[in-house]
Amino acid sequence: MTVTEIGRVSSLVDTEAERAGTTSPASEQRVGLRTTLFAVLRRLAGGVVVLWLTVTAAFVALQLAPGSVVDALLPVEQRTPEAVAALLTEWGLDRPVWEQYLDYLLRLTHGDLGTSYVLHRPVSEVIGTQLGPTVQLALTGLLVALVLAVLLSTVTAGRPRASRIASGVELAVVSIPEFWLGIVLLVVFSFRLGWFPVAGANGLQSLVLPALTLGLGVVGLVSQVLREGVERSLEQPWALSVRARGSSETALRLRHSLRHAALPVTTLLAWLIGGLFGGVIVVEQVFGRPGIGVVALQAAQGRDLPVVLGVALFSAVVYVAVNTLVDLLALVIDPRLRTEARG
Amino acid sequence: MSTILSRGPVAPLLDDAPTPDGRRPLLVRWGHRLADVGWSVMVASVLLLVVVLVVALPDLFATSGPLDSDPLRAFQPPGPGGLLGTDQLGRDVWSRIVHGARFSILIGAAATGIGAVAGVLLGLLAGLSGRIGDEVVTRGLDVFAAFPGILLAIVLVAVVGPGIPTVIVALGIAAVPRYARIVRAGTLVVRRSGFVEQSVTFGLRRITLVLRHVLPHAVVNVPILATIGLGTAILAASSLSFIGLGPRPPSPEWGAMLADGRNYLSNAWWISVYPGLAIVLVVVAVSVVGRHLQRRLEHREQP
Repeated sequence: MTVTEIGRVSSLVDTEAERAGTTSPASEQRVGLRTTLFAVLRRLAGGVVVLWLTVTAAFVALQLAPGSVVDALLPVEQRTPEAVAALLTEWGLDRPVWEQYLDYLLRLTHGDLGTSYVLHRPVSEVIGTQLGPTVQLALTGLLVALVLAVLLSTVTAGRPRASRIASGVELAVVSIPEFWLGIVLLVVFSFRLGWFPVAGANGLQSLVLPALTLGLGVVGLVSQVLREGVERSLEQPWALSVRARGSSETALRLRHSLRHAALPVTTLLAWLIGGLFGGVIVVEQVFGRPGIGVVALQAAQGRDLPVVLGVALFSAVVYVAVNTLVDLLALVIDPRLRTEARG
Repeated sequence: MSTILSRGPVAPLLDDAPTPDGRRPLLVRWGHRLADVGWSVMVASVLLLVVVLVVALPDLFATSGPLDSDPLRAFQPPGPGGLLGTDQLGRDVWSRIVHGARFSILIGAAATGIGAVAGVLLGLLAGLSGRIGDEVVTRGLDVFAAFPGILLAIVLVAVVGPGIPTVIVALGIAAVPRYARIVRAGTLVVRRSGFVEQSVTFGLRRITLVLRHVLPHAVVNVPILATIGLGTAILAASSLSFIGLGPRPPSPEWGAMLADGRNYLSNAWWISVYPGLAIVLVVVAVSVVGRHLQRRLEHREQP
């Protein structure tokens, strides 16, 4: 957004032109911006509703499995009625359900995700300490996917034979499970050639294969959407006029077509984050990396519900945040959306 | 009357109405259709037929039982005698893959079934109920769409415990929003169409109207979506087994086999690599057929 546009946003309160009923281009633009802002606010509200529903679902899950607190914390031989009662009081499970629910909501707004049954540490701390390697892996994977997708799509778009080969590759890549790809890469590059470490998360060397595995897992869909977009844009009249100005084919594709094709990809981004997060859980297992996936998996197997729900809520927050960002990003990429009225 | 009404808008989605005399013999038409589909779709269909046979009658293809071990023949590399080699306990990898086919595939199929049925029902509900009902259902679906299937399965395992039913339900739930959205969109379109209004005017009962007129239009895309979704579900099912949430070793589930063989990657890659290859082949075949069906439908809708 340019400075003048931000100025326009701030002057939205002033709707004099609208009231006067003038239809100058400027006022049309202003009204368009207003509806855009309204649409963004609506998305924000929608995101909050989704988060609230998720939290409620998490609370219901906690309520549905009440035995698990006792199971997880009290060995069978110590399970006297008094001990169980003391435990329930300690965890606040003897209070009315609605009181627990309000308490749960209140604590969440402070970032308190509860305490792990198994580790006896705050869930936010458990997740926080393992966040680094996972974020590192996810971002590198995303980078790998985006770079490969841009290369694959801009080079092959509009060239029938290359396109067909590329779509075959995309289909294969989409159908390959991440864990198998990871294992094949391990066999070839770690065990046979000895280029990369077999497991762990120490430095860049150990990041190459996991990031490649993760990136290849999602590249297929991105490059497919991107290629279709580039192909469609190359058929537009403006592509001809760019060519007529003497612009090279590469410049046309990189500077113009890619920008047009990027829009559908941004809407994919939210899905992509979900796919990456699912992939991270698997890839961490394959390569023996520490991270949130390992935490979630161990917690699930140990029936450590607060930790599992903490991870789930964390991923929901990321999803909603990305979704909202995507809406804003679309406005940045496509200037036309800023002035067009949207409902 | 009702047949005429229902036939009108459906007709473009069906094959051209055949005239009794201009109709070619059945075999000739099948021949034309086969020639149209291309070799990749044909290979994929044949592969899927074989897979169905393998799932139904594994003993026809396997050379031994899935758990028959022979410690003297451990770590045999693949070759003419041992076909795909043997694992750390001397179990035949090929036979285990054959016996394991039913796990991932049936889990995937069951999950897809649950997802499609629940999705159709919720989509219809959202499309037919008023604005508030629509909003509630749509937002509720957004919640589930916010989670990748694997995470949903992890949560479910933590709540109710591990097992095949948990995996099926989790993957089914994860697939619901996809079907519900498309059915909802279809329902909203049909609902406003003239013939539905007419049926209401004729005093058709609401349940009859929904079942006989709205539903068939709303679900046209579901079988195709389900075919493509089946590939995703098989992939997810094997992923869950790989990370230890599905059938556990010694069960010959493909993902579990891979996890089992991971410890022997340095000396016996075939234990892990071949089950993975089986997953890839099945999922590619399902996707190729699904995409072919989708293209045919799109072709029909905009001739």
